[in-house]
Amino acid sequence: MGAIAEWVFHLLVFPGVLFSVTLGLVLVWLERKVTALVQWRKGPPLAQPFWDVVKLFGKETILPADSVPRAFLAMPLVAFAGAGVAASLVWLPLLGLAERPVGDLIVVLYLLAMPSLALILGASASGNPLAAIGASRDVKLLLGYELPFVAALLVAAFQVRDVDGAQVSAGTLSLEGILAFQQQVGSVLARPSGLLAFLAAIICVQAKLGRVPFDVAEAETEIGEGALLEYGGVGLGLFKLAHALQLATLPALLVLVFWGGLTATVWGVLAFAGKVLAIVVVVVLVENTNPRVRIDQALRFFWGPVALVALVALLAARLGY
Amino acid sequence: MLTKSIFTRALKRSPWVFHVGTSGCNNCDIEIADCLTPRFDVERFGIKLVGSPRHADVMLISGPVSRACREVLQQAWLDMPQPRLAVMVGVCACSMGAYKDAYSVSGPPDKVLREVDPDARFVYVPGCPPKPETIVMGIVKLLGSL
Ligand code: SF4
Repeated sequence: MGAIAEWVFHLLVFPGVLFSVTLGLVLVWLERKVTALVQWRKGPPLAQPFWDVVKLFGKETILPADSVPRAFLAMPLVAFAGAGVAASLVWLPLLGLAERPVGDLIVVLYLLAMPSLALILGASASGNPLAAIGASRDVKLLLGYELPFVAALLVAAFQVRDVDGAQVSAGTLSLEGILAFQQQVGSVLARPSGLLAFLAAIICVQAKLGRVPFDVAEAETEIGEGALLEYGGVGLGLFKLAHALQLATLPALLVLVFWGGLTATVWGVLAFAGKVLAIVVVVVLVENTNPRVRIDQALRFFWGPVALVALVALLAARLGY
Repeated sequence: MLTKSIFTRALKRSPWVFHVGTSGCNNCDIEIADCLTPRFDVERFGIKLVGSPRHADVMLISGPVSRACREVLQQAWLDMPQPRLAVMVGVCACSMGAYKDAYSVSGPPDKVLREVDPDARFVYVPGCPPKPETIVMGIVKLLGSL
């Protein structure tokens, strides 16, 4: 009984849904604030993302006339649940809270794809032609960035290091294993292969978060928020929360896999916070200094240069660089 | 009661606006676009322009309603989830202005909206075109009336 209560607590309160949502909404604020500063504005107050979500939860839910009601209503919940479980699976090993391993890279990758998949299904169920365009673009984008993202993350598991003449490799996909490996031989990022993989991964994170230049699925100026178009009220609020959860999870995942994770000292915590903030700020600055690409350009970019960089990094990691 | 008040407070802090030009002379639309520039920075008050009526709380309407626009405007209004509010931007949207008695228009937007939604709530922002400060003021007064 105690173990189950503990899991529920980990999943729903700390470091799962409640903690990650709060952190994610603060990061959403940071994103909007940095955008405002880039444009020489003052920007929204800290509580803005919280009020936005509260307001959305107080609004009416409208079923579009051509929608498939069950799928349309269920998908926001699926997106939120997927992102919530992914958040707790990434944060548990980071904070060292779980006694035994909870999940590995594969589970986390699948769960992190859940919000996109749910959005695609929900948009298709809404019966709106513009939302359908958004959904089809989202499918293509998902196909584009998943391959380099997976390849880049595998670098951490495959990297071979020389320790006192012996060849050492993490050789595991479990997040704890990758963390332990980095504690033993230093961060993955310190080697050329790790650096290349990190670059590829951060570009994929940009697309995973649906940020400019890869916001083709939500291009508000051409297809009016695309896949999200028919969602209002609670559904939209849940998608916003799922997005906040992703914003709290993906940078933490990158730090875990490439940048040594979190050590339980004051400096360790500060360094970790600095790294997460640095990744978020880089994403926001890229967002603010680039125009949107077309979907064919995005796909060519991810299957061309980015996939190439990630695969070269994988090869280099195997060869010991 | 408590939940109602917290949702109302949230609405006051994050009014998302959706802009409908119902065939005015386009000058009011440009002033609305002005409102959203860094100079006025309406994001300070949580005001955000959204691309779909489903996401919106406040509809900004500029211009008299032409015959062609009539049903589109009514449909867009019904697409907005409750609670929904509207701001009539410019003298045309308030009272037809220069377009009064023109053959191509079918009425001021407030009448057109009341046909489908008798409890629709509006605020009127006169001016030809109104200044961006006035438009922001209009939205603030509308939210203050909640
Ligand atoms: S109020 Fe004046 S500026 Fe605005 S649409 Fe009418 S004529 Fe144009």
